[in-house]
Amino acid sequence: MTEKKLLFTKEHEWVLVKGHTARVGITDYAQNELGDVVFVDLPSIGDLVEEGEGFAVVESVKAVSDIYAPVSGEIAAVNEHLEDSPELVNESPLDEGWIVEIKMEEPSQTADLMTQQEYEEFIKGV
Amino acid sequence: MKQTPLAQVHRALGARMIDFHGYEMPVQYVGVLEEHRIVRSRVGLFDLSHMGEFELTGPGALETLSFITTNDPSKLRVGEIQYTMLTDKDGGIIDDILVYRIEEGFFLVVNASNTQKDYAWIERHLHNGTTLRNRTDELALIAVQGPYSAPLVEDVLPVSVGELKSYRFVDTTYKGHKIRLSRTGYTGEDGFELYFPNDLAVTLWDNLMEKGKRLGAAPIGLGARDTLRLEMRMPLYGNDIDQTTTPLEAGLARFVKFDKGDFIGRNALAAQREQGIGRKLVGFTMVDKGIPRQGYTLTNEQGEEIGHVTSGTHSPSLDHPIGMGYVPLDLSQPGTKINVMIRKKSARAEIVKGRFLNQKEGSK
Repeated sequence: MTEKKLLFTKEHEWVLVKGHTARVGITDYAQNELGDVVFVDLPSIGDLVEEGEGFAVVESVKAVSDIYAPVSGEIAAVNEHLEDSPELVNESPLDEGWIVEIKMEEPSQTADLMTQQEYEEFIKGV
Repeated sequence: MKQTPLAQVHRALGARMIDFHGYEMPVQYVGVLEEHRIVRSRVGLFDLSHMGEFELTGPGALETLSFITTNDPSKLRVGEIQYTMLTDKDGGIIDDILVYRIEEGFFLVVNASNTQKDYAWIERHLHNGTTLRNRTDELALIAVQGPYSAPLVEDVLPVSVGELKSYRFVDTTYKGHKIRLSRTGYTGEDGFELYFPNDLAVTLWDNLMEKGKRLGAAPIGLGARDTLRLEMRMPLYGNDIDQTTTPLEAGLARFVKFDKGDFIGRNALAAQREQGIGRKLVGFTMVDKGIPRQGYTLTNEQGEEIGHVTSGTHSPSLDHPIGMGYVPLDLSQPGTKINVMIRKKSARAEIVKGRFLNQKEGSK
């Protein structure tokens, strides 16, 4: 995974951009803080989301955590494996545990996101 | 924040510590799901030293206890334990507690969140010739719970537990110190609770962990304690019962003895029994997706609000969401369809009878 260029938010989501599509998931730090994930409430394909808006929910045994849209756009895909295997978010947060893909109108909106190095600095201060 | 004598041990074990009613307590070590499974299949150790312990002694102790609790302590012989409740004059539950009959009187175990409130309440209602002593700060408590709890306890303490029935206790010794061992717990599994002086805590914990290795024992945090008790539909004070609810509404009528003589709350509870309860604590399982959480609104089939979720979680043993809450009596029958409002969406649920988990299903 280290080969790919991930971007990060302060809400501990990661974003992987490919053309106009942004794949979104939660970071290893976030899944570890949350504990065993037992349910992911996914949006529907075609839903429009705005940057900063809560569009999905990840629940552990004890906690309910909103996932905020790192970019604006349309939900182009959801990770349906999470319906039966929400534990993928813990086991493989950056890969098999991805949550959605958002089709962006403006790919330039990722400019404000943090790089891996910036994010690592950020979580040291949390 | 207060600490138990095992706080350093938990940290060394990698526990995540939280503030639980003023105590720094372990919420999980490796993960709630794994810890839950260990207790259902093997044996787990819980540090419950935050719980409150009182002693009520003297010639007025029985009279005092009978007047402030709903159950009948006169039925207890030395070595027996009773689940009971402190109620206020309106029948509201001040706390749910365990009463141990000891030679000198009674040993009371109360919820950590209620220790000060209970102490003040009991002190206010002491009959002549009764002494109340708060032993919370000098006693530690370790629970050993799970199908392999008996061999582990027998390996560490000089006792044979074959004769020790559920809700009974014995006083024994550990390294020359007095230790109280009861066959009680809050998990639905066979299990024991050990009360002893703080100084012994680290030695005894390490000894249990060492001897428990061959049985697959592990430390268990408060996270799994909650899922374990909820699968068994055991109420949690502060969630499912509190001073705005009565034992009759909570389905705890069998622990209220109206024929034992007067007690605080008796009139109110007798009137409620006469008139019938308006609402009842029920358990439900989800039909639609989603996890019910404390505070979520419950609605009827017409979408009208009928109550709230008091406890809810994803049941690790059933791999299914479960919850509890108060609903109007006419909607409390098993099989009744209700809805849980989860993030503004209505999710269907069905009221079920009894425990969520059949114990035999749970022990794999």
